[in-house]
Amino acid sequence: MTALRTEPLIAAEHLCVRYGASEVLHDVSLAVRPGEIVTILGPNGSGKSTLLRALLGIVAAHAGRVMRAPGLRLGYVPQRLAIDPSLPITVRRFLSLPVRVPHAAALSALTRAGLPEVADRQMTALSGGQLQRVLLARALLCDPQLLILDEPTQGLDQPGEAAFYRLIEEVRQATGVAVLMVSHDLHVVMAASDRVICLNGHICCEGTPQVVSTAPEYRALFGLGTQGALALYQHVHDHTHGDHSPGADGHAHGHSHAPRTAQPADHSDA
Amino acid sequence: MLDDFLIRAALAGVGLSLATGPLGSFVVWRRMAYFGDATAHAAILGVALALATDLPLGLGTLAVALAMAATVAGLAARGWAMDTTLGVLAHSALALGLVAISFVPGARTDLSAYLFGDILSVTRADLGFIWGGGALVTGLLVWRWQALLTTTLSEDLAHASGLKPDRERLILTLALAVTVAVAIKVVGALLIAALLIIPAAAARGLSRNPEGMAVLAVLIGAGSSLAGLALSMWQDTPAGPSIIVAAAAVFAVSAGVARRR
Repeated sequence: MTALRTEPLIAAEHLCVRYGASEVLHDVSLAVRPGEIVTILGPNGSGKSTLLRALLGIVAAHAGRVMRAPGLRLGYVPQRLAIDPSLPITVRRFLSLPVRVPHAAALSALTRAGLPEVADRQMTALSGGQLQRVLLARALLCDPQLLILDEPTQGLDQPGEAAFYRLIEEVRQATGVAVLMVSHDLHVVMAASDRVICLNGHICCEGTPQVVSTAPEYRALFGLGTQGALALYQHVHDHTHGDHSPGADGHAHGHSHAPRTAQPADHSDA
Repeated sequence: MLDDFLIRAALAGVGLSLATGPLGSFVVWRRMAYFGDATAHAAILGVALALATDLPLGLGTLAVALAMAATVAGLAARGWAMDTTLGVLAHSALALGLVAISFVPGARTDLSAYLFGDILSVTRADLGFIWGGGALVTGLLVWRWQALLTTTLSEDLAHASGLKPDRERLILTLALAVTVAVAIKVVGALLIAALLIIPAAAARGLSRNPEGMAVLAVLIGAGSSLAGLALSMWQDTPAGPSIIVAAAAVFAVSAGVARRR
């Protein structure tokens, strides 16, 4: 690691978030330290985006708290950016929001993100992959200590996704930035992360990718016997398909997240 | 020079365009057209109140427009279905204003002046009010420009950059209420939204950046005011609607040019 300090850049302590009566996050504690890449994994509706939004201060904590290192420089890459077609804006102009940046800095951020020639293009004319890279370039402009990315590869094809994660890794190598990202997508993420947090309303398990991928809680969410809600994920678990048996039930260890993920409708293709 | 009613009318139109250009751009970008309508229609109720209580017209319209804008913004924040809510509020406010104004003796005869504007009768005091309001709105928008633009693009990005989207929304709400109060004399309650939207929409196809669009919207608004006044003088047409007709003509030309490029 490039940084010597081990004080967390951002941390959550016993965080609870509610939308109305339903508790989306329950007793979540985590910390991101300088230079590490942490990935939050979880199925749809597991509260991943909510957790990021709580860390960013967009949604309020019902209980617990979020702590940031004093003067933390934070770059945020949202899940998507829908720009109204009535708003004309070039990539170059977009990079100067909300803080105007010198032209050289904007160009070097674009180059780092792998898009040196799009500065004069309209934002609405970019492809999905280009837009994600522009969002990354914008996030890098404040020389961040921490990058927060919310499913940054949504809408990209597999090669595009792999290239994007390689880019994140390169940026980390070059700048020592810490990365906290959310994904519901396993195999690329596993390779790109130092630490994985498995979320389903609460933290099911966490650790290095190797440790997490063998944890029973993780398997309950993503692996064995959960064909129903998690059929989507099976393609990345070829190695476990051999021991599929109708009786295998990953929820046998008693985790309470089953009702959230195993919606009746989701069993139709099981 | 200000003794000439035509000069005063031209200055009123240009002064108003200073505010409606950038504000109208935000109305277009944020899809607030109906929001503008609701606020403008409520101004008729403000006119009725002002006439009934002998308050200055500008104060009455400003107060009611502010109340309406705040109501709409509050409902939006609570997640109401805005299309329907705004439809209900806009038309109810207009109808209520028309009913209320019928109780004010003598006001009935002036009704069309409030609905469609009376730019040819702008006084020096009106001119001061229009330019003061226009400068206030333009100043507000220029001051908050970067934050407003970031918030318009994405409230999440704005939040993550330490901005407060709620505050920026409030600033637009304020600016809209002031613009309505200022514009009612020029184009009337029914056409204020048109003056916000049409010049900005006409500028869209010819612009590459937000600033370019806002400045172009000011120029198109000012040009339309002058052209509308000329049309009104030449053909004895009502001035307020003539201004909007001129703006619509610019929009048609701009849409054609933008398509050809």
